[in-house]
Amino acid sequence: MGLESALGEGYLTTKVDSMVNWARANAAWPMPMGLACCAIEMMAFAGPKYDAARFGSEVMRFSPRQSDVMIVAGWCTYKMSHAIRRIWDQMPDPKWCIAMGACASTGGMHRCYGVVQGVDNFLPVDTYISGCPPRPDAVLHALMKIQDKIKTEHSVMLDT
Amino acid sequence: MSLELSEPLQKVVDSLSEKFSDQLIEVYQSSGDTFVRIESSALIEVCTFLKNECGFIYLSDIIGTDRYTSDERFEVIYNLLSFKEQARIFLKVWCDEENPELESVTKIWPGANWNEREVFDMYGVRFKNHPDFRRIFLPEDFDYFPLRKEFPLLGIPGSIELPNTTPDTD
Repeated sequence: MGLESALGEGYLTTKVDSMVNWARANAAWPMPMGLACCAIEMMAFAGPKYDAARFGSEVMRFSPRQSDVMIVAGWCTYKMSHAIRRIWDQMPDPKWCIAMGACASTGGMHRCYGVVQGVDNFLPVDTYISGCPPRPDAVLHALMKIQDKIKTEHSVMLDT
Repeated sequence: MSLELSEPLQKVVDSLSEKFSDQLIEVYQSSGDTFVRIESSALIEVCTFLKNECGFIYLSDIIGTDRYTSDERFEVIYNLLSFKEQARIFLKVWCDEENPELESVTKIWPGANWNEREVFDMYGVRFKNHPDFRRIFLPEDFDYFPLRKEFPLLGIPGSIELPNTTPDTD
């Protein structure tokens, strides 16, 4: 890699927190929760043209136990909310959540009895993306926001 | 009122008015489709006749409607298709608000199963002699029929549960 040439014979001092956050921020594997048309844009986000792998979101993991970021893409019914919450609970900590598109953020145009008016009613959402559906760039932007957020976290604490 | 029916549909309407003259309430056309309204008591007989004698072997849809009238509030529409004659006919029945109940047509078209459950789910019209009569989309314990006109757009708050958001602790 390029690191050795930059360091030469020297060394590097840092904090464990920064090191861990750096690693976490650049390996946020998404858990796709594709519920509607936003899922198509989410696939484009992972595909070769927009290429989420550049940001360390190497692969979509279809198992909640191997993923860090849940992307809720699409409108969520009350019936589906239980399945989503269950998958969310199965994801190992630390974990983050993106509400992708108008429907996942607020219920969008589905202002009716069967659709949850925003997944933040039952999920701790970190980033909301506007748009119907949002462009893949917007999903990348949300991912970068989450990376910024991860980098400010105090992840390692002194155990006394 | 003069009807401009295609030849096969004219034959169907003629034989219906001949055989079920007492139960046939009205026949009319709208947007190029033919609608036949009958007494709900004759539903099974008319459907059997349409399938066996007129070739309407395919039930393409069952639709419920809330007419929001004081009597015979709910309407159930059967969308029937004959491949042989390439003809479509809409069969309508009305039922009361107090106890909306119709005979199930699953014996005639088994595919009616889910359609009838959907009509029940949304309007509360009950179907007698249905093999698996319960809600299809909404939770079993849901108390309302959401496509009825008096049901609020955003639903009754708290009528459908959201998942528990408190993490399980050991």
